[in-house]
Amino acid sequence: MSTLNPNLTYNYKVVRQFAIMTVVWGIVGMALGVLIAAQLVWPALNFDLPFTHFGRLRPLHTNAVIFGFGGSALFATSYYVVQRTCQARLISDKLAAFTFWGWTAIIVSAAITLPMGFTSSKEYAELEWPIDIAITIVWVVYALVFFGTITKRSTPHIYVANWFYGAFILTIAVLHIGNNLAMPVSAFKSYSAYAGVTDAMMQWWYGHNAVGFFLTAGFLGMMYYFVPKQAGRPVYSYRLSIVHFWALIATYVWAGGHHLHYSALPDWAQTASMVMSLILLAPSWGGMINGMMTLSGAWHKLRTDPILRFLVVSLSFYGMSTFEGPMMSIKTVNALSHNTDWTIGHVHSGALGWVAMISIGAIYHLVPKLWGMKEMHSTNLINVHFWLATVGTVLYIVSMWVNGIMQGLMWRAVNEDGSLTYSFVEALEASYPGYFVRFLGGVIFLSGMLFMAYNVYMTVRQKDAVAENNAATQAA
Amino acid sequence: MSTFWSIWVTVIVLGTIFGCTWLLLSTRKSQTSDVETDRTMGHSFDGIEEYDNPLPKWWFYLFMSTIVFALGYLALYPGLGNYKGLLGWTSVNQWEAEVAEADALYGPIYAQYGKTAVPELAKVGDAMKLGQRLFANNCAVCHGSAARGQVGFPNLTDTDWLYGGSPEAILYTLNNGRMGAMPAKGVMPNMTDTQVDQVVNYVLSFSDRAKDPASVEAGKAVFMQACTACHGVDGKGMQALGAPNLTDNVWLYGSTFDWIRQTVIHGRQNQMPSQSGRLSQDQIQILAAYVYSMSN
Repeated sequence: MSTLNPNLTYNYKVVRQFAIMTVVWGIVGMALGVLIAAQLVWPALNFDLPFTHFGRLRPLHTNAVIFGFGGSALFATSYYVVQRTCQARLISDKLAAFTFWGWTAIIVSAAITLPMGFTSSKEYAELEWPIDIAITIVWVVYALVFFGTITKRSTPHIYVANWFYGAFILTIAVLHIGNNLAMPVSAFKSYSAYAGVTDAMMQWWYGHNAVGFFLTAGFLGMMYYFVPKQAGRPVYSYRLSIVHFWALIATYVWAGGHHLHYSALPDWAQTASMVMSLILLAPSWGGMINGMMTLSGAWHKLRTDPILRFLVVSLSFYGMSTFEGPMMSIKTVNALSHNTDWTIGHVHSGALGWVAMISIGAIYHLVPKLWGMKEMHSTNLINVHFWLATVGTVLYIVSMWVNGIMQGLMWRAVNEDGSLTYSFVEALEASYPGYFVRFLGGVIFLSGMLFMAYNVYMTVRQKDAVAENNAATQAA
Repeated sequence: MSTFWSIWVTVIVLGTIFGCTWLLLSTRKSQTSDVETDRTMGHSFDGIEEYDNPLPKWWFYLFMSTIVFALGYLALYPGLGNYKGLLGWTSVNQWEAEVAEADALYGPIYAQYGKTAVPELAKVGDAMKLGQRLFANNCAVCHGSAARGQVGFPNLTDTDWLYGGSPEAILYTLNNGRMGAMPAKGVMPNMTDTQVDQVVNYVLSFSDRAKDPASVEAGKAVFMQACTACHGVDGKGMQALGAPNLTDNVWLYGSTFDWIRQTVIHGRQNQMPSQSGRLSQDQIQILAAYVYSMSN
């Protein structure tokens, strides 16, 4: 581009660090997922130890994949994208380094405290108050670096990817602080500032927006850079991105109440959350359409480019799970799906199919550029990874659909005298085949990540970083 | 909720929906073309351009239809603050209607047995089939599907009863529940560790299993002071208090020296919940007969 400042350099160091940790936490978090999936098939794998018990490892799995893997991917890509699309270096290398070491220390402290049993018991917000404070500090610094860089951009407008990253950063700050307000009673124990149904509502306002903003808005930001970049095509519709961005962030914050259907939550809040969840369908699909249609005229690239395949398949899973979500928020559907494995399947069609696949695609795009290589060590291995990830995700989702619908139907089946046809244990017994298939799907998905680790290692080893800071003019 | 909050909720719910509608319509109105175009917005970010394409028609109609559905739903159901909705639906009245429907449907099935006395009812095969299902749904979670109990939950198939096995006692248990409480160290809070070991040996001696026969005599003295108020001088328990018979080698909380020692040191708290708020009197009658039938 002619407007480039030839003296401009980017901070790639922090991007490289987060990119590596994305792979590391991905493997750690998914391995934990495979272990707890195996525990559900073979309970002996709990080893009769408190530290290895399902109840303690499950939150560690979710924290490691959401905040370790997903978080590192978001840090890496947002720092990369904001610099390149704003034509500006991060405002401070020191602050950026602080966010890397701070965030990594937070995930490590999760890996220590959760198996020890320290938990606030709030789903996806289990970490106790000292760690919550650390998260707040790191997050504020992250916001400073990100928005600071936007303010000194040399482009006239702010690119759409940065809207999504920005909304994600701001909203997560509000959600994290709001839900984690608590009264500490000791160094590692606190009690929530809210009680009863208010606490439940705060928790799911946070919990669903951990999905909506951490796992959706942030990754849409990723999508808006890496899909057009990898496809070499303009974004399909600027107009569509405006409508779906504002509608998505306006309606997502309402949706949390659908986790509390048929509970003590007042009826009006349940109704409002349900209609907002339904309205959310079109804004969510706006992102999918904009990604998919960006490929029009470039579909042939899918045959040769497994990175693009990762990105496109992730959008398919995104479209599927954002259709499934509004359907599950309808009260009558929720009456069947609630508390069953269907929910777990839904989460993983988003987590594996959408979040993990788009992150993997983005990292494969990033790694050669960050280390000054032309391409990844092996395109064939990317292809192998793609198929392992796809097959693993499909096995996982399908087994949980079967289990979930079966459980829902068994739990509600009644005899002609009105008594329940099946005891809980019978429904559990019937779930074992599904648990095994889910375990298998997890193993397959995880094995793909090991191929990725090898591929990244070989790419990085082939050539050390060209320089601490690459020239902005370098081909991207 | 107060009028202020009711208005607040209404304004932000409708504000969000109408805001989305305005956003959608105004963006569509400003479209420069209704068909796909090659024209870009004229900016480029790191080489990425954006087309000035219109909103896809089907997507626009999808969005509008969810908005229409939402407004219709909010008119019919409670969602806007204190507004009750045209259908007058609440989750409580839906539940009450479903319970009433179930009572009307299933009530007669149970009513045909509800007046039969427990011992006779226990011999009616069809009633016992109902009883087994009621037991599986309501009791098996603690007592086990075979009713043999587990640690802390009594076996219902033997003839050893904490509170009595007569039809009246079983009915009373089902209707009112039971609270079992053994105080730590009985009525001798200053019992020493040595005395605890002694009294455990004495209790074990009822079933000829004393670990240290030499201390049985001393244990008897402790027992007389600490335990007889409930378990009786002979250790055979007292059904009025639910104090178990210690001489029959049936153990609610484990039979080993260590288990009994723990029971003595810490006491035990136990609860059987009342079923009368959950089940109809007819169902309780059938359930009592089913439990009675297992040991008679």
